[in-house]
Amino acid sequence: MHLYILRRLLYTLPIIIGVTIVCFSFIHLAPGDPISAVLPENASADLVAEIKAAYGLDQPLPVQYLKWLYHVASGDFGTSIMTRRPVVSEVLPAVANTALLAITAITLSFTFGITLGLAAGFSDRRVTDRSVTAFAVVGISVPHYWLGMVLVVIFAVLLRGLPATGMGPAGTHFWEFGFEDLRHLVLPALTLAMIPSGVLARSVRAMVAEVRRQEFVQTLKGKGLRRPRIFLHIVKNAAPPILAIMGLQFAQLLGGSILVETVFAWPGTGFLLNAAIATRDLPLLQGTVIVLATFFVLTNLAVDILQTAIDPRVRRT
Amino acid sequence: MTPLFLSRRSALGGLTAAGLLPRVAAAQSASVLRVGMTLADIPLTTGQPSQGGEGQRFIGVTLYDALINWDLSRADQAAKLQPGLALSWEVDAATKTIWTFKLRPGVTFHDGSKFTADAVVWNLDKLLNRSSPQFDQAQATQSGPWIGTIASYRVMDELTVQVVNKAPDAVFPYQAVNLYMSSPARWKEMGGDWNKVAQQPSGTGPWVMEKVVPRERAELRRNTAYWDPKRVPKSEKLLLRCMPDSTTRLAALLSGQVDWIEAPPPDAVPQIKSAGMQLITNVYPHIWPYQLSFLPSSPFHDVRVRKAANLAIDRDGLVKLLGGLAMPAKGMVTPGHPWFGKPSFDIKYDPDAAKALLKDAGFSTAKPVKVKFLISTSGSGQMQPLPMNEFIQENLKEVGIDVTFDTMDWEALRARRRGGVELPDNKGADGINNSWGFPDPDLGLIGTGWSQKRPPAGYNWGGFADPIADDFASKAKLAFDPAEQDALLAQLHTRMVDQAMWIWVVHDLNPRALGPKVKGFVSAQSWLQDLTSVSVG
Repeated sequence: MHLYILRRLLYTLPIIIGVTIVCFSFIHLAPGDPISAVLPENASADLVAEIKAAYGLDQPLPVQYLKWLYHVASGDFGTSIMTRRPVVSEVLPAVANTALLAITAITLSFTFGITLGLAAGFSDRRVTDRSVTAFAVVGISVPHYWLGMVLVVIFAVLLRGLPATGMGPAGTHFWEFGFEDLRHLVLPALTLAMIPSGVLARSVRAMVAEVRRQEFVQTLKGKGLRRPRIFLHIVKNAAPPILAIMGLQFAQLLGGSILVETVFAWPGTGFLLNAAIATRDLPLLQGTVIVLATFFVLTNLAVDILQTAIDPRVRRT
Repeated sequence: MTPLFLSRRSALGGLTAAGLLPRVAAAQSASVLRVGMTLADIPLTTGQPSQGGEGQRFIGVTLYDALINWDLSRADQAAKLQPGLALSWEVDAATKTIWTFKLRPGVTFHDGSKFTADAVVWNLDKLLNRSSPQFDQAQATQSGPWIGTIASYRVMDELTVQVVNKAPDAVFPYQAVNLYMSSPARWKEMGGDWNKVAQQPSGTGPWVMEKVVPRERAELRRNTAYWDPKRVPKSEKLLLRCMPDSTTRLAALLSGQVDWIEAPPPDAVPQIKSAGMQLITNVYPHIWPYQLSFLPSSPFHDVRVRKAANLAIDRDGLVKLLGGLAMPAKGMVTPGHPWFGKPSFDIKYDPDAAKALLKDAGFSTAKPVKVKFLISTSGSGQMQPLPMNEFIQENLKEVGIDVTFDTMDWEALRARRRGGVELPDNKGADGINNSWGFPDPDLGLIGTGWSQKRPPAGYNWGGFADPIADDFASKAKLAFDPAEQDALLAQLHTRMVDQAMWIWVVHDLNPRALGPKVKGFVSAQSWLQDLTSVSVG
């Protein structure tokens, strides 16, 4: 098992580097100048050249990339072109803010999605199955930024009960988290929870129904096992693929949602990426992307390991 | 927003009674003014703000003063210059290059240190002297358009400073208005680290920074010791929140989370009004134009085509599309502005006249003029660029001008404008849709209409070259009497309009929506605004 984990950990490195190469290339393929946003209207050619040189943007792309990778490997993510703040000091609070939102949303969606999926999968009543399926389809289909706006209209504008935008007063000082912060969290977390809830409800329902039809379940019934014991057997067999889906959903939420975070002015990674893209802030964009890519890869690694622990049959060779 | 089947009263009754939804408004203190900005980040706070006009509006003139300030107290006339940290300024009659500023006595920075002539020189070194320890490239970059004319400066006595220009420049007072004075003492206190100063900036302005949370909010409090008693803020605190999405800002206003939003979406105007909010508009130095190419290969080289394009646009229809938040343009500046002059070319919607001009130039709907415009998807001052451009494309097609667009994001467009029409990337472009401002003579008229002012020396993107315009521009640059300068600028503007230098479309009306309890705001005809007179409740 330890060797397996080590091997999988080593596999993550080329994946992360591959992601950075793709992102770096796409960013440079897009039209526009990375330093445009900080240049005065009448910037002379000398000033443009000077600022480009200061950020190393006057060098060939492969050299720029390798230098950046070298600095990142030594813990230096560079400085934001727009704000002149270290990229680390920009990205880490954003990651923390997104993590707060993602963990809340994923807790909600796991609770709703798994409960509903199990209820539908185990129920022999058609109405339960149909209802859960309908919820799942709506959850998957509704654009979450639209849902966010609808929730804002109802709970913030009409009822004036919950804040429409922003984080609470504690900000990234989570140890000061209070009731006001919780109120700010409700609408964006509900919005973000909708899609994973739908995905999970549908997946859990399908997996449970499939496992229920397998012969070993009939055998267990024939042996006279009680329903709770049979339930546990079914859940254990259905768990590995569901865990994989949960991991992907969690990793996606950790990556932040540009649309939802923009709708709620939530200062997370999605909000940061949006600003970085709009201003062509290359160091910030690259720093955010590598942090998010690392999170994504590590979350999937954790899920793989968990899957293997639950069911050794899925161990990769 | 669509009405819901659940009435607000019944829903509120149920949910608040259950203690689930405490009212937002209850938590609000009446002396806090909460603003939803369009910005995604708090602008640079160290002195020279980043992020253009909005940066100066909310961080520049709140925390800082310049030697010369804008008078933002009137809504019925274009903002004028007034003494700021300098009581007076005058140019040396012989050389016309040496400016003497007499400073205001008794002014202190927020940290308690004294504002003196040494502080002025220290601040100019911060922007211009690369060998000075306080030199800051970030602030120098932001002040780029306004410091290029300065050759040297020196302290005369504790309250007198001399600034020497490289050449006579009567526009210099308009440039000095953008040079904000930050505290040398605070910089020293922070160990000479501008990043630390950014968290605790210190100026002489009417507001004091209390807390900066990047990309989220800035919290400012009233400067009770402000040197101008008339401008000590009415509100105790000012909360600036980053809300780049217009729908988000609207929801924040309608839900009572903020009292003031910048640039509400035009299609929300009826809703804002029906919700009892105040929609404030006024003209200000903004124009939404197409800056044109004067290269021989461009059809706009011919004044008849330029005039035809100006006459082909249904500006009233466009204003309707924009929810009334714009005004049809008659030129670069608004009619009634001291620089408007008396153009003989009346810019209006007259498609028949446009067709006649095009026919005279050898074009028709059967043999249309073919042009390409560079446009952006969004951007500062760009209003609603995509629907506006599509609307105008239809208008122009009807008279015989076929327009194609090269669409890009805002920063890409800015780079294309900064490079001038001869930039290799701009090959084939006949115009660029880059919104413009005319807060000062250089930016608005001299820098755009003078043939010497091709980028990067100025803003004459397309290479407009007219000897008469050049004559007025060069004279205005040397007219040190404000009235004489205004008269020359009016003549310059008259010539620019008569030559149809650009296609001028509409002026934005600077819309902002305020909550019903906001009082005392005067919407100045400026990119900047004074928040000191505003109170809530």
